[in-house]
Amino acid sequence: MLDYIWLIPIFPALGAAIQLFFGRRLSNKAVSVVSVGLPGLSFLWAVGCFVQFLGLPESQHHVFSKFLYTWLPAGAFHLSNGSLGNLTVQVGMQLDPLSCVMLLVVTGVGFLIHVYSIGYMAHEGGYYRFFGYLNLFMFSMLVLVLADNYLMMFVGWEGVGLCSYLLIGFYFLRKSASDAGMKAFIVNRIGDAGFLLGVMLMVVTFGTLDFQSVTAAARSGQFPVGSGVITAICILLFVGATGKSAQIPLYVWLPDAMEGPTPVSALIHAATMVTAGVYMVARSNALFILSPTALALVAGIGAATAIWAASIGLVQNDIKRVLAYSTVSQLGYMFLACGVAAFGAGVFHLMTHAFFKALLFLGSGSVIHAMSGEQDMRKMGALWPKIPITAKTMLVGTLAISGAPFLSGFFSKDEILWQSFASPYGSKVLWIVGVATAGMTAFYMFRLFFMTFTGKSRVPHEAEHHIHESPRSMTIPLICLAVGAAGAGYVGWPKMLDGPNWFARFLDPVFENPSARPAFEHTWNQEFGLMLLSVAVAFTGFFVAYRWYVKQPGIAERVAAKAGAAYRLLVHKYYLDEIYDALFVNRVKDVGSALARFDLAVVDGGVNGVGWSTRMTAELSRLWDTWVIDGLVNVLGFFVKILSWPARILQTGLVQNYAWFITAGVLFFMIYFLVRS
Amino acid sequence: MIPTEYYIFLGSGLFLIGVIGVLTRRNVLIILMSIELILNAVNINLMALSQYFKSVDGQVFAIFVITDAAAEAAVGLGLIIALFRNKETVNADEIDLLKW
Repeated sequence: MLDYIWLIPIFPALGAAIQLFFGRRLSNKAVSVVSVGLPGLSFLWAVGCFVQFLGLPESQHHVFSKFLYTWLPAGAFHLSNGSLGNLTVQVGMQLDPLSCVMLLVVTGVGFLIHVYSIGYMAHEGGYYRFFGYLNLFMFSMLVLVLADNYLMMFVGWEGVGLCSYLLIGFYFLRKSASDAGMKAFIVNRIGDAGFLLGVMLMVVTFGTLDFQSVTAAARSGQFPVGSGVITAICILLFVGATGKSAQIPLYVWLPDAMEGPTPVSALIHAATMVTAGVYMVARSNALFILSPTALALVAGIGAATAIWAASIGLVQNDIKRVLAYSTVSQLGYMFLACGVAAFGAGVFHLMTHAFFKALLFLGSGSVIHAMSGEQDMRKMGALWPKIPITAKTMLVGTLAISGAPFLSGFFSKDEILWQSFASPYGSKVLWIVGVATAGMTAFYMFRLFFMTFTGKSRVPHEAEHHIHESPRSMTIPLICLAVGAAGAGYVGWPKMLDGPNWFARFLDPVFENPSARPAFEHTWNQEFGLMLLSVAVAFTGFFVAYRWYVKQPGIAERVAAKAGAAYRLLVHKYYLDEIYDALFVNRVKDVGSALARFDLAVVDGGVNGVGWSTRMTAELSRLWDTWVIDGLVNVLGFFVKILSWPARILQTGLVQNYAWFITAGVLFFMIYFLVRS
Repeated sequence: MIPTEYYIFLGSGLFLIGVIGVLTRRNVLIILMSIELILNAVNINLMALSQYFKSVDGQVFAIFVITDAAAEAAVGLGLIIALFRNKETVNADEIDLLKW
């Protein structure tokens, strides 16, 4: 199966081609079978490849490459160090522990979300279009994950961006949806420019874009730690990651992306696409480890994003927006982990997050489905008995993300917090921010849960009796994901709790860097103490939410009123959208309208001037023609007419006149000849 | 035996009447009939002179002229009918399309 690993992305590509070319003519049933079956096949194939990969002999256990064909034989050119480089970019697939994890997450969670979409999208228009885009997304994401060089990764990177745009704007008749799609696309474009610049710099620095060659060059000791060019590459790559993975300052598109259908939010804007940035940073770990500056930047941005987004999430009332900010915040955690050189912890959190955040999004989709499209949590409440499966699975997801002990989020988040404290690249400040974020996370997630499922029903009367549990195609993926969200953490059971931490050992070959700083020695007590502390903070978050939203509902409003200014700041998302509008968007619009005015005045004026002068010369030419040329011809004609007048009057058209002339002529000649003779 | 001059005079007289008819009458049908007169005047001439010169060439020509006259009458009458359909007249001085 490994030899045919390229089939994994081809399956969904086939599905996308079928849907986008012929989907209109297929019945919904056929669309579902094709478009859900093919990603399912991908998943099975991926599992097969994974099993075979594990069975490879020790000597080639760490990486499997499959060369497909040479894409760009770019030829020879000078590298920045003066030597001659020879760049060829190939299309190939690379499977190593890191891409294995991504591959299984993408195909597995992706397949479940496809199944879920059958139920969720059943009554929507454009069913085939939705599945076509979704399959196209799967294809692009798998290309991104399986690529063996940065350029091919970039192809997938752009592909997922395109699909994200298409799917956010799926309800394109709604202006807010098409605007959100455009916003996502443009903001991502800024990040992509950074990524592309980073890749170009990489070409002139390394002369290759191959993951293995770049990693080998970075690990060879050729570049000293702190090398300027490596720092530049890393920061440029990280700019790309901030765009795709919604970090400060480019996170603003992700909350708006919730305009898309909920399965899209779950698949693209929670579980897979937005983690591409984390994957890319982890993939470039050999470079980042050479640049403590870039690492510090990544950690700082990650921690700042985590707490920033979590604080906004505290006060949102739209169920999907809470989850969107939560996603931004959790992505911040992943970058925090990468920034303290704990790439394994970051990828671990990526995986567990894919499970519980997909679960939460799908659960919220199920709630929205039950509420006939209502997303405002203030109009929900007491839904537990009405949609029990959704509620129970949501509870699992909420517990997992809050870090309740022995659920997946607990293991991964704790690993990150411990690493941010204990790693040679970490610091106590990062740890404090992380723990504070964990508390906020527990608070806003339980706030969401309590507002939606418990307390008094605030559902408007007419919506009340429509509430129904979702069909099985939606609840079964929820249950599968709930099992994953509860259990996925066990593969990374930490050493501290006498676990094998199988996950970290599996990933180790990818993240072994000779130039990494040696880890400090820490006692077991320290680690255990910090773990207890973070659990206590998470519990505090839960407890506050419980008191405010279950025990004494109404207290939340009082707190909000008391903290007026701060509350308004959070509700308005720190006014960041407004600030961006004022600083960038409106300035760009100003430039645009200035250019429009320039166009109108100068370019159009010039064109109109040329047109006017053409018309004037044409008019002159016309006058010359009518009066001079035509006049001359007419004068000539007039003379001919005058001169021909005597001949003209002879031609009367009357046949008898001509007969007279003939007779006269004959008589004349007869007389003439008679007289002459 | 009637002297040849008499035939010549008769032919000339008929020819003159025909020519005057062609030149002065306005009805196209009459003009056509006048042309027949002219042709028959020629025939009489041809006959008389054929006899005078003791040769049959003139008679042969007369037969040609008769054939010709028949054809001409057919074509001419056809033309007149076509003309009448278009112009609703058979007056020669009202038909002057072919003028400057």
